[in-house]
Amino acid sequence: MDYIDPHIHMVSRTTDDYATLARMGCVAMSEPAFWAGYDRGSVDGFRDYFRQLTEVEPRRAAQYGIQHFTWLCINAKEAENVSLSRDVIAMIPEFLDAPNVLGIGEIGLNKNTKNEATIFLEHLELAIKFNQLILIHTPHLEDKYQGTRMILDMLCDDSRIDRSRVLVDHVEEHTIGEVLDRGFWAGMTLYPVTKCTPERAADMIERYAGERLLANSAGDWGPSKPTAVPDLIFEMRRRGHSESLIRKVVYDNPIEFFSQSKNFTFKPRG
Amino acid sequence: MSVRSADAVLNESFLEIRAKLLEVAATLDRVDRAVASGTPLSDAMQSRRSQVDEAIETLREDSVGRAEKLQKLFSRDYQPDWRKTFQV
Repeated sequence: MDYIDPHIHMVSRTTDDYATLARMGCVAMSEPAFWAGYDRGSVDGFRDYFRQLTEVEPRRAAQYGIQHFTWLCINAKEAENVSLSRDVIAMIPEFLDAPNVLGIGEIGLNKNTKNEATIFLEHLELAIKFNQLILIHTPHLEDKYQGTRMILDMLCDDSRIDRSRVLVDHVEEHTIGEVLDRGFWAGMTLYPVTKCTPERAADMIERYAGERLLANSAGDWGPSKPTAVPDLIFEMRRRGHSESLIRKVVYDNPIEFFSQSKNFTFKPRG
Repeated sequence: MSVRSADAVLNESFLEIRAKLLEVAATLDRVDRAVASGTPLSDAMQSRRSQVDEAIETLREDSVGRAEKLQKLFSRDYQPDWRKTFQV
């Protein structure tokens, strides 16, 4: 089955992974800007990273027939440095016209601090000013519930935010309901330790059906599995779910959400 | 929405559940042996140990939603007036 991975950090992966993903049916992916495993020291460090996201990775993906899209921001972890964050936010518009940029992301909270919230709100201003889609990172483990509620507060307090143009990622059992109930899209991240397994993701699909629900692998430099979305497809099939429901979550829904960006020029396989 | 019978779900997962429960049991035994050998839990770790006990009690409840309850048990509290506190 053709599928789209809506949240995967290919800068962390080898070219072999592109080949494997293509063989597993991945036809498109979107790569949010994130933490590199270390704090970058200058706005130029981010400028180089954004060039990698808008120039290098699309070329690498195209070699394997995969269409690569991306999102730009300074991530929540580095947002603790407010001065650097503001410099990066001011520089982002240089890249918003790149052909594979879908919006601002993954913005959010990490440890739910005042500085993180401040920079999150300034990212929202940027997205609103340039009419960009928004992709949200929610914190992990014991910080997730509190941080997700705080993020939803900030989004819902701003009447300019169109909830159908916001994807809230890394939802789990205790956050998915509120995200969907408030009208946002929700992404389940399949990850071995801190997020959710394919089995638990399938449980959530059974509880909430497939409306406004996506699944991704994260596929970053941590202990992650870039082929986790095919694992979910396999689990859903094993449980006897219809091909149409599976396809809705792993293909139709990403297309519907991303198509709200003029830069989503996805061409299905003929 | 579930397309399988309860018997089928439990049957296919039984060995996995058994193995996970044994891991929990063995880990708690390990902690207790360490305590018995003269290294009591600190206050912070005793708090975590109590969380584990509460989680085990939650598993014994006869209602759907155990996973969500466990997630909330292991979560920091949400303060509705946080924006006022942070002044953002």
